[in-house]
Amino acid sequence: MTVKITINKAWCKKCGICVAFCPKHVFDGNPGFHPKVARPEDCIKCKLCELRCPDFAIEVRSDENE
Amino acid sequence: MSKNKPILMQGNEACARGALAAGCRFFAGYPITPSSEIAEVLSEELPKIGGRFIQMEDEIASIAAVIGASLTGCKSMTATSGPGLSLKAENIGYASIAEVPCVIVDVQRVGPSTGGPTAPSQGDVMQARWGTHGDHPIIALAPNSVKETFEVTIKAFNLSEQFRVPVILLLDEVIGHMRERVVLPDIDSIQIIDRKKATVPPEEYLPYKPDKDGVPEMASYGDGYRFHVTGLTHDETGFPNTGSENTDYLIRRLHEKIEKNLDKIIMVDEYFMDDAEIALFAYGSPSRSSLSAVRKAREEGIKVGLIRPVTIWPFPAEVVRKAARKVKKIIVPEMNLGQLIGEVEKHVKSDAEVIGLNRVDGELITPQEVMEKIKEVL
Amino acid sequence: MQELLDKYFRKDKLPHIWCPGCGHGIVLGAVVRAIDKVNLDPDKTTVVSGIGCSSRAPGYMKFDTLHTTHGRALAFATGVKHAKPELNVLVLTGDGDAAAIGGNHLIHAARRNIDITAVLFNNNIYGMTGGQYSPLTPTGKVATTAPYGNIDQAFDICNLAIAAGATYVARGTVYNVTQLIGLISKGIQNKGFSLIEVITQCPTVYGRRNKMGTTIDMMKWQKENTVNVKAAKKMSKEQLKGKILVGELYSDTRPEYTEQYTKIVERLQKEGQ
Repeated sequence: MTVKITINKAWCKKCGICVAFCPKHVFDGNPGFHPKVARPEDCIKCKLCELRCPDFAIEVRSDENE
Repeated sequence: MSKNKPILMQGNEACARGALAAGCRFFAGYPITPSSEIAEVLSEELPKIGGRFIQMEDEIASIAAVIGASLTGCKSMTATSGPGLSLKAENIGYASIAEVPCVIVDVQRVGPSTGGPTAPSQGDVMQARWGTHGDHPIIALAPNSVKETFEVTIKAFNLSEQFRVPVILLLDEVIGHMRERVVLPDIDSIQIIDRKKATVPPEEYLPYKPDKDGVPEMASYGDGYRFHVTGLTHDETGFPNTGSENTDYLIRRLHEKIEKNLDKIIMVDEYFMDDAEIALFAYGSPSRSSLSAVRKAREEGIKVGLIRPVTIWPFPAEVVRKAARKVKKIIVPEMNLGQLIGEVEKHVKSDAEVIGLNRVDGELITPQEVMEKIKEVL
Repeated sequence: MQELLDKYFRKDKLPHIWCPGCGHGIVLGAVVRAIDKVNLDPDKTTVVSGIGCSSRAPGYMKFDTLHTTHGRALAFATGVKHAKPELNVLVLTGDGDAAAIGGNHLIHAARRNIDITAVLFNNNIYGMTGGQYSPLTPTGKVATTAPYGNIDQAFDICNLAIAAGATYVARGTVYNVTQLIGLISKGIQNKGFSLIEVITQCPTVYGRRNKMGTTIDMMKWQKENTVNVKAAKKMSKEQLKGKILVGELYSDTRPEYTEQYTKIVERLQKEGQ
């Protein structure tokens, strides 16, 4: 069961919150740059990145809810 | 002829009953002499007919609650006096730009500030026009009797609903507090106007897209239209748009709603004007003293007439211009140091001499004073 | 996220106007998720706001929305709720909007216990106007109008609301957004006046001027300087020094204003007056 994390670059204001607070360090990148989904396999689908994204720019999807 | 029996009624009560007859079902207000009776009557009468009353924490909150209620589709009113009108100014401007129908009663008392709470005045006339900041449309009406207060309150609601504009009802302490014998018209004989409801489905609805008369259809909160209302300059979608083109368009459209419908808004009575050489221009309480002075003067063969506007804003310029071409002098009695006289002069220019008759001592202008002024200017 | 966006957001209005790292987007997300959790009908829900950064939030929400004048959201909302009690009414307001110019309306809405849920975006500053201090700016902090350090003492706005009569009062942070969603949901379900103060960050004017680092540092600060009200019961005064209590601070039941009035209306109509 792989996880698909998408980032809406049009809305993302590169604040770096997702990168800083992901408990599993799935993202890479610094504030001022779009985050990169570096290690999706480590994602535990807690969705804190989605909840904490001020720009509503992150979507965490797993196969079940495709 | 109305089937109603004659009754003795106070002006403020007539205002409250006129509101009920007009379909007002929400009142928010704050106690202030000389208008509190309006709130008291409505606090008793509204719940009997399924309406709702609330006394708010101040006048600012009262007009805010009235606008909120109106947006749910409910005809709403507040009532106050000068000090309260000063506090309500900002939100009256909000109702203007957001085009939310509402009626604001100002039972004028001697100002400025606390002034003379139980004494009549007409000192808020320019405040009714320019109390709130920015170019904005407004309608202000001034009855001069208890019976007319009933009728003009209904007119205020009708105009407010028809043109989606705040309407200020200018009484003074005497009109508000005096009692007169009144035969109220039958309910079914009264013309009631309701706002144009939204006719298109929600997904096509543009809350600020005007019809031919410049007035947009109005949905209500809770009907599934999910529309946005803001005090920021906005476009037809209702969302903020402070671009210069849109700003110009919006402000001019708000004004044209009034300027292109003057025939439906301006109400003026004229007495003995056909062959008049002198005219009196008076509204509210002073218009009654003026009428009795005019009658007496006519008995003495003096050719004097009276122009009595019910509509104060928009100013009845056409009637005044027409009269100025006929008469030599226009006397403007006001319970202030001269406010609406400025508008008279603006439109009369040099066609006639304009003379003020002013009292600011909290007493009514008497027929004798008007008579003396007529003779003085003869 | 996509389902929420389709159902509750005016997507064509996004991206929003808030600065990168501003916490207000997180608060708005929490409000929408709370609405979704308690299943409010957007057709029967009116969201009212005043003026300020916080108050742009309803513009992004696919509800009946009302962006009013500064400080007056609760008074406008009282009119909506009292005229049509079946509507759910939320107010989104800021620390300046609610605690300064709007303070009088806040304490009276609480005193009446009218069924309105007020979410107060507290970023300790007037952001929209460029960084002036507000009644919730802590003493000593710097702002454009407190260049020598704020000498005012800030309100404890939650205790103020409790004292005024609110029947549900809670405080949350954008850092602990999961807790925040729960607090807002309970506030909505409370049949009376609910206030949820949300500690959110303004990195642009407040954080920078007060050298609080990036938005990330400011959210970490929230984590380190707050204590859950339940845990606090077992902590000493010393341990609690300088800590901000978060969680459900007060919950009570009291007659709801519009229901009390409706009873009068029903009684009168039954008596056929």
